[in-house]
Amino acid sequence: MSLLPAKTVTPDNLLHEVAVLRQQGYRLVTLTCLDQGTGHTVYYHFDKAYQPLHLRLEIPDGQELCSLSSLYPAAMIVENEIKDHFGVKFTGLALDFQGRLMLTEAAPKTPMNRFRRCGMELDARQPAAATPAAA
Amino acid sequence: MSQRTTIPFGPQHPVFPEPIQLRLILEDERVVEALPAIGYVHRGLEKLAEQKDFQQDVFLIERICGICSFMHAMNYCQGIEQLLGLAVPERAKYLRLIWAELHRMHSHLLFLALLADSFGFENLFMQTLRCREEILDLMEITAGNRIMLTTCCIGGVRKDITPDQLKRIGTGLDRAQASLGELGGAFAKDYTIQRRLKGIGVLTREKAHELGAVGPVAKASGLAMDLRQTGYAPYPELGFTPITETNGDAYARMMVRLRELDQSAELIRAAIGRLPDTPLSVPFKGNPTGEVAARIEQSRGELLFFIKANGSKNLERFRARTPTFANLAPLLHMLPGCELADVPVIVVSIDPCISCTER
Repeated sequence: MSLLPAKTVTPDNLLHEVAVLRQQGYRLVTLTCLDQGTGHTVYYHFDKAYQPLHLRLEIPDGQELCSLSSLYPAAMIVENEIKDHFGVKFTGLALDFQGRLMLTEAAPKTPMNRFRRCGMELDARQPAAATPAAA
Repeated sequence: MSQRTTIPFGPQHPVFPEPIQLRLILEDERVVEALPAIGYVHRGLEKLAEQKDFQQDVFLIERICGICSFMHAMNYCQGIEQLLGLAVPERAKYLRLIWAELHRMHSHLLFLALLADSFGFENLFMQTLRCREEILDLMEITAGNRIMLTTCCIGGVRKDITPDQLKRIGTGLDRAQASLGELGGAFAKDYTIQRRLKGIGVLTREKAHELGAVGPVAKASGLAMDLRQTGYAPYPELGFTPITETNGDAYARMMVRLRELDQSAELIRAAIGRLPDTPLSVPFKGNPTGEVAARIEQSRGELLFFIKANGSKNLERFRARTPTFANLAPLLHMLPGCELADVPVIVVSIDPCISCTER
């Protein structure tokens, strides 16, 4: 499978790499999170003069990520969305919706995880939805 | 010392066609902070897209938005075509461009109508919607539906536009532009509209870039950023250049859209004049595999789809970042410092689409 052409970063050098991109005039487009079973992959999508640039970061379950909101304030909204949908936690979030940006109290926790429930507590009325895609 | 008051603005409000809440912190009548509360129309479409067949997803993803639906389907098809290595026939590219620009026109006209409604110009609201009907008629004549065209398919388009229909598009655009000429004058020159929009909700060029503004919000702040320049459809062949304004206020955002209406009409005319005679689509076999980040310029700005496919008929991940989602942060920056009475106009000036935003 051909992965998205991306530079691999680690949680330790993420902020430094992003600060360099910011200095070079890159615009943060968005973040994409993928459930990999034992952890998550997070893509950071940037753009400058229509040239896309992607950073790929892999984190094991339970590891927190630095928020980009100190460098790109707009990152706060998508980071909250990822927290809602995948349960990935961010440190230094400018505004933390506590997993309630998109979802209500009664909604299943972290519903976008494909391979496990990541500690989610399903509402009694909701059937389990987090199953691997059909082959 | 002024007392601070928090008021909920929405989720149900006369200017909002869809529910969203802004918690406004006020000092007297002045907004000092705005916090968003969204999720009222979150439907989990990204999850559903993983559970449907990748070809069924064309129909599902078209329904992310009830305004710019065609462009969602188009971007998704372009992403899958990239994964499958398909070269779309030229005629299909031009037909996609025609329908995409018709969608942009009806979307901008809806924006203008809602803007007129937000400052109480009911007659202008109705006249603008009447003009929009011309465009909706053109979509109905060519595709059979007014909004959900479902003419885009993986590999091309599933419907042609006949020579008679192309002529009808030309006369429909003539009528719409004649009507726009009159309405545009009212929007651009009316004293009250200028008083309500000029200098309101200002977003500087630097802030627009820093906060990731897209579409007419960015262009109104002087950022000449429009993905149609990247050539995902035959825009460069038709001499496309982005329209920009420099003041960054609500009036500039309105003017960008007003000018883009004429530009879209001219792009459609140019596309009709150069419509090549090729098949409508290319057949394909197999399932997509790989990852792609597909982008197009929707009526409200940059639309990004991340697609991950593993060779099965189901996608492993589908992610949509819609333009209104990107414009939320700029909106939250525009509101502090404004009067409470200006909040509806500022919110409408970014042309929010909440169904897109929440998916």
